Amino acid sequence: MNELQELYREVILDHNRQPRNFGALENADRVVEGVNPLCGDRMKLYVNLDGERVSDIRFTGAGCAISVASSSLMTERAKGNSIGELRGLFDRVHEMLTGDDTGAGPDLDEMDKLAALAGVRAYPTRVKCATLAWHALIGAISGSQDRISTE
Amino acid sequence: MSAIGSVASSARSAGIAACRADFPALHQQVHGKPLAYLDSAASAQRPQSVIDAMVAHERRNHANVHRGVHQLSQRSTDAYEGAREKVRGYINASGSDEIIFTRGTTEAINLVASSFGRMRLGPGDEVLVTWMEHHSNIVPWQMICEQTGARLVAAPIADTGELDLEAFHRLLCERTRIVAAVHVSNALGTINPVREMIDAAHGVGAAVLLDGAQATPHMRIDVQALDCDFYAFSGHKAFGPTGIGVLYGKRALLDAMPPYQGGGEMIRTVTFEKTTYNALPCKYEAGTQNITGAVGLGAAIDYLSGIDFAELARHEADLLDYATERMMELPGIRLIGTAAAKASVISFTLGDIHAHDLGTIVDMEGVAIRTGHHCAMPVMERFGVPATARASFALYSDRGDVDQLVAGLNRAVELFQ
Repeated sequence: MNELQELYREVILDHNRQPRNFGALENADRVVEGVNPLCGDRMKLYVNLDGERVSDIRFTGAGCAISVASSSLMTERAKGNSIGELRGLFDRVHEMLTGDDTGAGPDLDEMDKLAALAGVRAYPTRVKCATLAWHALIGAISGSQDRISTE
Repeated sequence: MSAIGSVASSARSAGIAACRADFPALHQQVHGKPLAYLDSAASAQRPQSVIDAMVAHERRNHANVHRGVHQLSQRSTDAYEGAREKVRGYINASGSDEIIFTRGTTEAINLVASSFGRMRLGPGDEVLVTWMEHHSNIVPWQMICEQTGARLVAAPIADTGELDLEAFHRLLCERTRIVAAVHVSNALGTINPVREMIDAAHGVGAAVLLDGAQATPHMRIDVQALDCDFYAFSGHKAFGPTGIGVLYGKRALLDAMPPYQGGGEMIRTVTFEKTTYNALPCKYEAGTQNITGAVGLGAAIDYLSGIDFAELARHEADLLDYATERMMELPGIRLIGTAAAKASVISFTLGDIHAHDLGTIVDMEGVAIRTGHHCAMPVMERFGVPATARASFALYSDRGDVDQLVAGLNRAVELFQ
């Protein structure tokens, strides 16, 4: 696999072409806007909660392939998970996206499809494209009313 | 490719094509590919002569300027003031006291907005800008308008990226105190009809500031022929270093305006009751300035002085035509900015592929382009795009750079098919 294909893996290209859970969620319990002021990427995350569990999650917005695919993969994975589980997942995804290769790193098997995002860490200028959706998720499940910014 | 560091004079005799050899940074590989540097509108590379001048100054001559009686201070002062005189000659200002060194275009505009704006603006007054301004020629005016009660007005642009001149004339009125306009647009490449704009502004008694950051690397500037009141530009876009720029202002205005920052160097006498200010240009240069930067800018101006600008214009027009033609081959290409009078800048979108993905993909092919909003969000909004990719050419660019860019973009098209 060459370096570009390492970043733009088939899973990423597929989720960019056909993002899952794309579109607004009417009367959502939580709505959070995420922006990356450096590049102008902007996404809105809609979350419904059933107690401590994410019962539905959708997103809108425009951005690069990495940010759209990351949002799509994140929503796919988050649905049905508890807030506690998602906090733990956030930490492991964050480590995967930003950690260096020498560390033990997260278990890629556990990451499943999210492992496709791992190629981003070789591109420091693009890491924030991938983390935006995840920061928005943490904002939403924490009940934040603020706009989530990567800066 | 091997003649790194050849002197500017050899480039002169051999024409524009030989300039490339003078820029050491261009002769390297990136991701295993030869570098095609197409981001000169963000920051140009420097010729060896600029690097050498700065190193020589640092090694032998550095001391603070104006206030020492020792030898190094004298040398440093001579070099610093010599650079000012070079700038004066290059842009044909009537005196070197009209040349203020700043950190760059941004600080130059902030100086005028703050100092001239405070003196001239009041409630009901208007500042007229254009829709294609860089944020640095919008935000300082917004800030001073907020403080003074004046209003910021923007003249619209056409689908080609040209200024809507009719609207410009319509918006210009007896309330207009200042017209602040970009000479050459960084996001669109549009070259504005500044002579006509300046005459019209003067007709209603407004002063004119031109943002010349993108103009100086491509054309000779004559501030007296333009008759602009202020002209701002940056060293680093014109093959000099970062952290140094120039504000040209007409002497009568600079004399009348209050100082911008207080501190050393800008004073004549200080007591706790009253301070009297220094004469031009020191009045606007509080604190120790970027001396080595000024030396580097002086060397960049020496380099530019050896350029045949008629030949440069032909070279850049040829590159722009060639690049435009080659890029039109790409499926889904959309050029943002197609003005008849255009500098060698191509802003574009390619199908549904986001500009950042394009930037990363062509980078892997050794091609450096800019992606994003180019600090011109109103332009992006005007054309309904969140971001564009931008290839910008300079005197050292060639057709090979264009071919490498097009190959990289084809790679992106394949990948995203």
